[in-house]
Amino acid sequence: MVKTDVKIGGLNLKNPVLTASGTFGYGLEFADFVDLNKLGGFIVKGTTLNHREGNPYPRSAETPMGMLNAVGLQNKGVDYFAENIYPQLKDLDTNVIVNVSGACIEDYVACAEKVNALDKIPAIELNISCPNVKQGGMAFGVQPQSAAEVVAAVRKAYDKTLIVKLSPNVTDITEIARAVEGAGADSVSLINTLLGMAIDSEKRRPVLSTITGGMSGPAVKPIALRMVWQVAKAVKVPVVGIGGITNGRDAVEFLLAGASAIEVGTANFMNPAVTGEIVDYIEDYLVRHNMSSVDELIGALQV
Amino acid sequence: MKKHLVDLRINKVERLNETCVLLVMTSDEALPACRPGQFAELRVDETPSVLLRRPISIHSFDAEKNEIGFLVQVVGDGTRWLGSLSEGDKVNVLLPLGNGFTILEDKSARVLLVGGGVGSAPLYGLAQELKRIGQDFAILIGARAAKDLYRRDEFEALGRVEYTTEDGSLGEKGYVTNHSLLKEKFDYIYTCGPKPMMMAVAKYARENSIPCEASLENKMACGLGACLCCVEDTTSGNRCVCTDGPVFSIDELKW
Repeated sequence: MVKTDVKIGGLNLKNPVLTASGTFGYGLEFADFVDLNKLGGFIVKGTTLNHREGNPYPRSAETPMGMLNAVGLQNKGVDYFAENIYPQLKDLDTNVIVNVSGACIEDYVACAEKVNALDKIPAIELNISCPNVKQGGMAFGVQPQSAAEVVAAVRKAYDKTLIVKLSPNVTDITEIARAVEGAGADSVSLINTLLGMAIDSEKRRPVLSTITGGMSGPAVKPIALRMVWQVAKAVKVPVVGIGGITNGRDAVEFLLAGASAIEVGTANFMNPAVTGEIVDYIEDYLVRHNMSSVDELIGALQV
Repeated sequence: MKKHLVDLRINKVERLNETCVLLVMTSDEALPACRPGQFAELRVDETPSVLLRRPISIHSFDAEKNEIGFLVQVVGDGTRWLGSLSEGDKVNVLLPLGNGFTILEDKSARVLLVGGGVGSAPLYGLAQELKRIGQDFAILIGARAAKDLYRRDEFEALGRVEYTTEDGSLGEKGYVTNHSLLKEKFDYIYTCGPKPMMMAVAKYARENSIPCEASLENKMACGLGACLCCVEDTTSGNRCVCTDGPVFSIDELKW
């Protein structure tokens, strides 16, 4: 038996496979294709203090080996989550993590406090990197000082595992990572989407209603790998790798680059069963390489 | 309704014109039951530019023969790949998705099916079902020209079918909403086709107080209600076309 469990702050994952917020709904949408209890955990869609309608349609554009989205954090608010969704998730034998977003520090804190009260939610992922909202979101995550401020405020209000999701739309992501580590983050996850754009040349109009949106998918993987590699060397807290992971081999690459866990995002749209397949691949990989534990893989890149 | 992820084998490929292909697929296992108006997401392989599945409406479903049919209009790289498949090829398919058309309780109601071009695809499966249950119906299909009207013989085998073409090459010249069939009395309308056509049909239905449902085809990613990309702005806010639709009552739409 190989050991696949990893630790992220106070969070014990039975394996390093998580899902990226916004790509896996509330998990239940994928229950026909994946045994949710087989995953290390899953991160539910971006949740805010109040209901949000999100951005107008069109909200997505396919690009070569990737896609842009501009959903804009459509969700029914944290109270709706607590009353209607949480009861359906709380008895699962996996880690359900809530992605928390806000327009101002007070909203982040109030939302995190409400999630803190939910016993069976062991962690939040603080989204300071959403490129698709006018206020808050990425605005916090692109400056070390504002990133540290929001993390410090939430840290005071939230006593379970705090993962902070970082934006790649910055000059030096290690600077932001160090700032949020200093403000009390238990872990950093990266990367959120890259700001991009698509144009319909026949109509001479942008494809997205918001003109720009967040790019994800296999096309962003080399950038994500590079950033995970840089951040893993720059901070002491565990890193969660995200960005274009489409199969087990991609997942192993992120672990080698220094990630302690990974999130699968856009690939869920290509193959809704992919997360379970990645769990199996990692186990097989460890056996094939005579490793007894996934720990041996984390940051094991030979350079 | 449980959703399935299955590899289907192509039994038959019929090229209907230069851009439209009928793919009939089967499986060694029993296909999951599919309702008229539901759709599937077809995985496109071997094309580096195509990432997402292609949502394609279910054209026909035959539980006895264990066959499912899709009309694929070639518009881009993904549908071009699907349109180039041959008999015996396998396609990974996610189905059945979406709600489907409402089948009326009132079997004495007279219903009208209005399709536009390849948008007529799901109306074939609906007409099959209506014929099976003995509902009185008529079909009206519009297109630019006669060559864009697909599977006429098969539609006509199910019941009365009328046509309009913009160039007058078949049926009445003009748009569906100008067709003389609309002078007859109908109790319910189903429509699927280009949005401007469906909006015109919805306007006609409202003016004549006829309940109407329309099948939308917003750009989609997951097909499972998770990504929230395909939303339609409805009277109750942004709703997913993939799971709350694709069929909506026009009363829910802000057209």
